[in-house]
Amino acid sequence: MGGEFTPPAGDSCVGPVHAPVYLDHNATTPLDPRALEAMLPWLAGRHGNPSSIHSAGRAAREAVETAREQVAALLGARPPEVVFTASGTEANNAVVFGLAEAAGYRGRIVLSPLEHPSVRKAAARAAERGMAVDSIDPAPDGVVPAEAVIASLGGDVSVVSMMLASNELGTLQPVAEVAAACRERGVRLLCDAVQAAGKIPLDVADLGADFVVLGGHKFHGPLGAAALWVRPGVELAPLLVGGGQERRRRASTPNVPALVGFGRSAELAAAELPERRRHLAGLRDRFEAGLGAIGGATVHGRTAPRLPNTSHVAFEGVEGEPLMIRLDLAGFEVSTGSACSSGTVEPSQALLAMGVPRTEALGSLRVSVGMTTTEGEIDRFLAALGREVASLRELLGGGRPSGVAAEVARA
Amino acid sequence: MNGAGPGCGGRGRGGEAGVNGARGTGAGAAAGRTAVAMSGGLDSSVAALLLARRGEPVIGLSMLLWDRSHEAANGRCCGALDLGDARRVAEQIGIPHYTLRMDREFREHVVDPFVDDYLGGRTPSPCVRCNTYVKFDLLHERARLLGAARVATGHYARRVAGEDGWELHRAADPGKDQSYFLYELTEEQLAAADFPLGGMIKAETRALAREAGLVVAEKGESMEVCFVAGGVREFVEEEARGRSLLPLAPPERATVVDRDGNELGRAEAPYFRYTVGQRRGLGVAAGRRLYVLAVEPAANRVVVGGADALAAPGLTGERLHWITPPADPATPVEATVRIRSRHPGVPAHIRPLPDRRCEVEFATPQRGVAPGQAAVFYADDRVLGGCWIAGPL
Repeated sequence: MGGEFTPPAGDSCVGPVHAPVYLDHNATTPLDPRALEAMLPWLAGRHGNPSSIHSAGRAAREAVETAREQVAALLGARPPEVVFTASGTEANNAVVFGLAEAAGYRGRIVLSPLEHPSVRKAAARAAERGMAVDSIDPAPDGVVPAEAVIASLGGDVSVVSMMLASNELGTLQPVAEVAAACRERGVRLLCDAVQAAGKIPLDVADLGADFVVLGGHKFHGPLGAAALWVRPGVELAPLLVGGGQERRRRASTPNVPALVGFGRSAELAAAELPERRRHLAGLRDRFEAGLGAIGGATVHGRTAPRLPNTSHVAFEGVEGEPLMIRLDLAGFEVSTGSACSSGTVEPSQALLAMGVPRTEALGSLRVSVGMTTTEGEIDRFLAALGREVASLRELLGGGRPSGVAAEVARA
Repeated sequence: MNGAGPGCGGRGRGGEAGVNGARGTGAGAAAGRTAVAMSGGLDSSVAALLLARRGEPVIGLSMLLWDRSHEAANGRCCGALDLGDARRVAEQIGIPHYTLRMDREFREHVVDPFVDDYLGGRTPSPCVRCNTYVKFDLLHERARLLGAARVATGHYARRVAGEDGWELHRAADPGKDQSYFLYELTEEQLAAADFPLGGMIKAETRALAREAGLVVAEKGESMEVCFVAGGVREFVEEEARGRSLLPLAPPERATVVDRDGNELGRAEAPYFRYTVGQRRGLGVAAGRRLYVLAVEPAANRVVVGGADALAAPGLTGERLHWITPPADPATPVEATVRIRSRHPGVPAHIRPLPDRRCEVEFATPQRGVAPGQAAVFYADDRVLGGCWIAGPL
């Protein structure tokens, strides 16, 4: 394992022809070797429960507290404000459930269909117990209008949830604008920054939210480590109770190796942010520039401010599911939208809410590049994409939905 | 960095062995690619195993047909639990695997007609419909879009090269033969089909699974109606209410009458609980065994009679289908007819009529000609085609 994390030059490290090209970094990213290096001693050799008083425990605690400082620095926050969790989902759930319970399941939650399921489904569960949920649709450019959210405030609204960057489209949301209005009205604001962290500058003071969530594995950190930033002075009932870990905000023996890797990847992301943005945006722009040759491609959210690494594109007359599978079989890994645990494809609620027709929503691909992606990979991907789109267009004969042919034949 | 990131080094799928290069390099691989339908059951898992061992490019496809993952008694064969097994088997044997969502189509072509059949006084045949509309029409089309030239399934049936093209034959294992359920295949579908288990007996299938260490090696048989977790009656009522086909009030019990219309009493349940040939659950004592002869939805009546009255000299059929269409569609055909999946078969004379209707005359009267069931025509082991039973002749 080398000590640096720069993209390989050209295609020099691509050995076998079949080496898959991974373009699904919004699902998860490969671990930065430098983060792995920091983790290794804690996976083999060193051990210790950070709550223990003895020497091993003290060393483990020190490692976790260092990670906390590193993550806090990425957020422009102070370390005690950072609560470690096992996932972004856990953090989002903890905030929604905690605030709903504090409100006695009365009042209103405002969110949008862009929100991650860990927010939307948590809100739906709160709704079963009596809370009301207002969903504000994004505009056709993939951005939820700040004024629409602000207009919905007042009355019994107690919680607003607005993600910083859409996991599907990459579009940035007007969190700071909404935060100011929430602050004036005493409404709590949750900002899920899982996709944004490590890709664009992040400062909790600028965001103005009460809760900010991020996870390490979206920026080349390990799986199983995430963080919830809580504004000082804001109360939140703990989701997990037991030992008094994380200042009584989250009981559990900390996952020391994962947190160490999370901390290191946060430190690296903060230090390399300008280069990373340039690298990612360069690849994304190269990809989108190449779409012209394929024809009939629409990039969703292109006119809005976006993450540098995400491109959400639909191809006229093509279904996303067979396209994604054909690309996988050809050795290119992309997603048809946000990944879902059953591995099947459903139209994205966010796209439908933006006014994208159902067939186009089903025909979309999400291409998300990462720090290990190369220009050569993008070029090879574009060539494969052109081939597969053309084959599918031929087979579908101008966009006839699958299954129709046989049914017509039988009738 | 080296070997840690994507794009560097060969990250194999399903282990390093890479038994199967389904992740092909180009058009050459795509032309020979076989898709195998994987339900997560023993049979289709072994079918996939056999294909993978041939060394040709194979992809596993599962269909999400009925998403009732929230129900404790999750139905076999089409439930989400079994799809997890399919995924694991695909990894074990080293082939790529994808799950295709087809629940809307499954409802439209299988579940809703199942309910409609009960409400219409017919005996439903969901497995035939599922094969015809879902496993063949839809899956073949989806597989074609993925560049697959063939679709293999774990059916116990054989595909035999005949003089006029591919023929569908009974399986080698008479106890497992599923050719009855496949009579609605078209010539083209049969040409693009593959039944790797057709020549095997069930014990061999399980032995292969055990030997390969497949996670499904000890799994039992799938249930008869995979999407019904509890009682059929409750399922039909719930679905029918959901589609506003039944009022919310509990349906009234059916009137039981004899063939002359004499009222014999009240049945235990509404008419749609009964199907032709049924003996149990009538709740009427007559001093002899009574069977359901006919179900009359409009009158909420069940017509009953003795075993002798159940026998019919033949049947009228609709949606007549021949796998290899005959040169003259009006020519009568002599064949052995099976009027339900477990029926041993009877020699019969089949007279085609206009509009894909037909009349089938049995050599000897047969009991239990049930509207809604399929009548399948055989010449020895070969399936010629069949029809849907409209009623007794």
